[in-house]
Amino acid sequence: MTTKSISLTVNGKTVEQEVEPRTHLADFLRHGIGLTGTHLGCEHGVCGACTVLVDGQAVRSCLMLAVQADGAEVVTVEGLAPETGGDDGLSPIQAAFREFHGLQCGYCTPGFLTSLTQLLMENPDIGEEDLRKELSGNLCRCTGYAGIVRAALAAAQAYKEAAASGMGGSR
Amino acid sequence: MTTQMVGKPIQRVEDKDLLTGKGSFTDDIKLPGTLHVAFVRAPFAHARITGIDLDAARELPGVHLVMAAADLPAPAKGKRILLQVPNPAIVDPITQEPLVSERVAFAGEAVAVVVADSRAIAEDAAEMVMVDYDPLPTVANLAQATAPGADKVHPHLADNVAARIHVGYGDIESAFRDAAHTVSVTLDQHRGTGNPMEGRAVLSAPNALDGGITVWSATQAPHILRRALVDMLEMAETDIRVIAPDVGGGFGPKVQAYPEEFVIPICAQMLGVPVKWIEDRREHLLCTVQERDQTWSVEMALDAEGKLLGVRGRMRHDQGAYLPWGVIAPYISTVTMPGPYVLPAYDLETQVMFTNKVPTAPLRGAGRPQAVFAMERLFDLAADRMGLDRADLRRRNLIPAEAMPYSVGLIFRDGQPLIYDSGDYPRCQQIAEEKSGWADFPARREAALREGRYIGLGIANYVEGTGLGPFEGATTQVLPSGRILIKTGAAGQGQGNRTVYAQVAAEAFNVDISQVDVELGDTGKIPIGVGAFASRLMVNAGSAINVSAGTVVTKMKKIAAAAFEVSEDDLELVDGTVRVTGDQGPSLTFGEMAQMASGMPGYVLPGGQEPGLFATHYFSPPQAAYANGSHAVEVEVDPETGIVRIARYIVVHDCGRMVNPLLVEGQIQGGLAHGIGNAFLEKMRYDDDANPVTTTLADYLLPDADNVPTAEIYHVESPAPHNPLGVKGAGEGGTIPAAAAVVSAVEDALRPFGVQIDEAPILPERICELIDAARQNTQEAS
Repeated sequence: MTTKSISLTVNGKTVEQEVEPRTHLADFLRHGIGLTGTHLGCEHGVCGACTVLVDGQAVRSCLMLAVQADGAEVVTVEGLAPETGGDDGLSPIQAAFREFHGLQCGYCTPGFLTSLTQLLMENPDIGEEDLRKELSGNLCRCTGYAGIVRAALAAAQAYKEAAASGMGGSR
Repeated sequence: MTTQMVGKPIQRVEDKDLLTGKGSFTDDIKLPGTLHVAFVRAPFAHARITGIDLDAARELPGVHLVMAAADLPAPAKGKRILLQVPNPAIVDPITQEPLVSERVAFAGEAVAVVVADSRAIAEDAAEMVMVDYDPLPTVANLAQATAPGADKVHPHLADNVAARIHVGYGDIESAFRDAAHTVSVTLDQHRGTGNPMEGRAVLSAPNALDGGITVWSATQAPHILRRALVDMLEMAETDIRVIAPDVGGGFGPKVQAYPEEFVIPICAQMLGVPVKWIEDRREHLLCTVQERDQTWSVEMALDAEGKLLGVRGRMRHDQGAYLPWGVIAPYISTVTMPGPYVLPAYDLETQVMFTNKVPTAPLRGAGRPQAVFAMERLFDLAADRMGLDRADLRRRNLIPAEAMPYSVGLIFRDGQPLIYDSGDYPRCQQIAEEKSGWADFPARREAALREGRYIGLGIANYVEGTGLGPFEGATTQVLPSGRILIKTGAAGQGQGNRTVYAQVAAEAFNVDISQVDVELGDTGKIPIGVGAFASRLMVNAGSAINVSAGTVVTKMKKIAAAAFEVSEDDLELVDGTVRVTGDQGPSLTFGEMAQMASGMPGYVLPGGQEPGLFATHYFSPPQAAYANGSHAVEVEVDPETGIVRIARYIVVHDCGRMVNPLLVEGQIQGGLAHGIGNAFLEKMRYDDDANPVTTTLADYLLPDADNVPTAEIYHVESPAPHNPLGVKGAGEGGTIPAAAAVVSAVEDALRPFGVQIDEAPILPERICELIDAARQNTQEAS
C-alpha cells in the first residue's frame, strides 16, 4: 500500500513519519510512535476512550486519519502533565482523579482526562449538571462516574487559577 | 503502636501509571516480530459449513497463516474447550471448539483465522475467505426454544433443555392451601452485556529455549485459562505461563476461556513468533458471553398478617448455544430467591434452555439480579393487593438480626448449606427508609402530581453470597532490600487489588503501603489459583495474605528473640525493624533479617526455623460470606416520552468489615451504574432469526454520566465470622437490586395510570405502551 509522509507535533515533539492513508490517528499514536496511553474502546466514535487534543480541541482519534493530523499539534495523555509538574508530575485533573477515585481499570481514563482538560480550560466555572452532559460523550463501565464528576469539579479551581494568571498553557 | 491500614480510605497505588498513560494493557505490550490476527466469523446464527476456500486469502501479501478447523494441529484438532464447572444437572456439557468444524450455533462464531503483518492486512484477507453455509432453522428466544416441536439448537439432543434444576424446601402445598393472599406474576428479564471498555485481548509468544509458551490475556482468571490450555494443548503445566497484565474491566465475561485464547497460542506455536488478537467492539457484542435472559412465572402465598408462607414457580433461563461456565448463573438465581426474608416454604423448577445466541455466563450479579427482581416484584404486587405499604410488608418478613446465623434450607453453589453468616437486614431497610424519606413520600407524590409531575419511590433488598472458595493463595516474602513482596494469582480488572492487598500486608508488618510490592495474575509466580469472580478476592486472597504475612511476622520474631535473647512478647515491628519494645534494646532491619534467613554463612537459624522469610498460605473459606443491602430510589417519569430520571439513589450496604471504604464505594457506585443500565437502558436486540442487531455502542446504550446519579451510600459493617479479616465481597451489591428498585419506583410514579411492570429493562417506548394500554383499559371499563 502507498504511504504518505506526515509531520506533526506530539506532546511538544516534532514527529515525521510515513503512514498508510487508512491508518487512523489512534493507531498511529499507539503503534506508529508507541504512545500506548491512548486507548481504543469502540473504534466507532461513541465511547470517547481514544480522545486526544488536536490543536487544543478534544478529538476522537479513532475517527480521524493520521494524514489529517499533518501539521497539527497533538497532545495525548502522556503529555497532559506540564513539565514543571505539580506534586508527583500530575496535572490538576490527573491528581484529582487519584484523590477522588475517578478511575478503576484506567482504560477509559485517558479519554476523560483529555476531554476534561479542554473543557475545564475553556469553562472552569461549569456546574455539575452541565458537566454531566458534557461528559456523556465518554463512557466508563467501572466507576459509575461519581468520582469523575467529583474530581472534575474539584480540579476546576486549579484551571480557573491558571486562566486568571494568564498561564493558559498549563494543562 | 501498630499503624492501622485496614479500614482506611487510602488512595490507590495503581493510579499514577494509569493516569499518565503508562498502564500496560495487553495491546500495549510490544514484542518484536509480532503478527496480528483477524477472525472469519459466521454470519448465520445456525448453519452447517459445506465448504471453505482459504486460497485467495493465503495469497495476499503480508499474510502468514490462514487456517480453518480442519487445519488445526493435533492435539487441538477436534477438541472442545474444557468445562471447568461441571454439574450433574447438565444434559450435555457442550462447549465451543477453537474454530467451528461443521456447524455454527450462534452468529459470530469463528470459523477461520488469518495471521498477517498487520491487523489491517489480516482483515483484508479475512474478507477473502469464502465459506459456504447451509442455513439451519434457528431458535432465537425462550418462547421458540420451549415451543412444542421446537427446532433444535443442537440436533443430536432430544430437545433444547440444557439442564434441569429443582430446588426447594418446606411444605409448599399447604403454604398455598392455607394462604389468605396469593399473588402471581410472569416476569421477562433481558440479557445484557459486560462491555468492559477494554475488550478481550490475547498475545502469545513461543519460548524458543524450552518449547513452552507464554500467553498474555485480558482475563479475570489466569490459572483457569492455563488449566484449559493444558487440556487443549496437552502440554505440561510448567510449559504454559499465563499472565493477566493490566486488564480494562471484566465484570464476569472475562472469566471463562474463549476460542481465541486457544487459537492465538496455537498460531504462535505454528509460526514460531508472537501473535496478537485484540477484540473489537463488534466482536465483543457478537461473541463475548452475556447474561440475564430469564422468564420467571412465580407466585407468593401470605397469611392474613402479611407473613410469607411460601413462594413457588418456574424459571426458564436462555443459555445461548453453549455452556462455557456451566449452569452457575441460573443455579445462583434459584438459590438467591429467598433473599433476606423468612420464607417457610419454597419450590422452584428451572429449565436452562439452549438458543442460537452467544452463550450466557455470570455477569456482575451472576443470576442474582433476576431473582431479586422476581422476589421484590412479588412483594410490591402483594403489598398493593393487600393495601399495605411496600416497605411495611417487607419489614414484616425480614430475618431478624438475632436469628443469625440463619439457615435458609438450600445448598449454595459452593456445595455448602446456604447459611447467612451475619447481618442486620431490618436495620439496613430502616436506614434506607429514613434516608429516602419513605414515610412522607406519598404526600410528596400527591403534591408533585398536582403539578403534573410523576415521581415515584422504590425499594429493594437483597442477600448476596460472596467470597466463594475453593481457595486463593498468596506468598508473603521479606526481601533483602527490606521491602515486602506479595505474590498471588488473584488479579483484579480495576478494583484496586494491589492497594487493598498492600494494606493487609502493611498492617501485618506495621509499615506504609509504599513498602509493599504486589505481583498479581501470573501463573509463573504462584503454582495454583482460581480467579476474580463471585466477589471473592478480598475474602480469599485477602485472608491468604493476612495469614501468610502473620506467619512471616511470627518467624521474624522468633529469629529476633533468639538473636536478642529476649521473649518474642517483648518484640515489636517498627519502621521496618524488629526491635525490643519501646526501643529499649537492639534491633534488626527487615533487610538484615531477610539476609540472615536466606543463608548467611556463619549464621545458624534458631532451632526449628526453616530458611527464608517467606510463607505461602492458601485460604479456603468454609462457606460463602453473605453480604446484603437495601436500595431506595426516587425517580421522575415523563409519561409522554417514557424517559426516567433518577432524582436520588440511596444505597445501604453491608459487606462486613471494609478494608478501604474509598474503593468499596467505588465498587458500589460502579455496580449501581451497571444495574441502572439493566433497569432502563441496556438491550441486546436479536431479530427473529437470532441475528444480533445492536452491535455498536450507538445501538447498545451504556449508562453515561448524565443518567447515573451519585448514590448516597450508608455502610453497615457486620463482620464476616468465617475469615480472619471479617470481610465480605463488595463487587456486585451495587448491581444486584438496582433493576428491582428502579422498576419499583417507576411503577410507583405511574400509579395514577395503574401500570404494572413485569420486565427489565423497562425502556421508554415500553413505558409509553404500558400507559397507553392502561388508559385503554380504563376507557373500556368506563
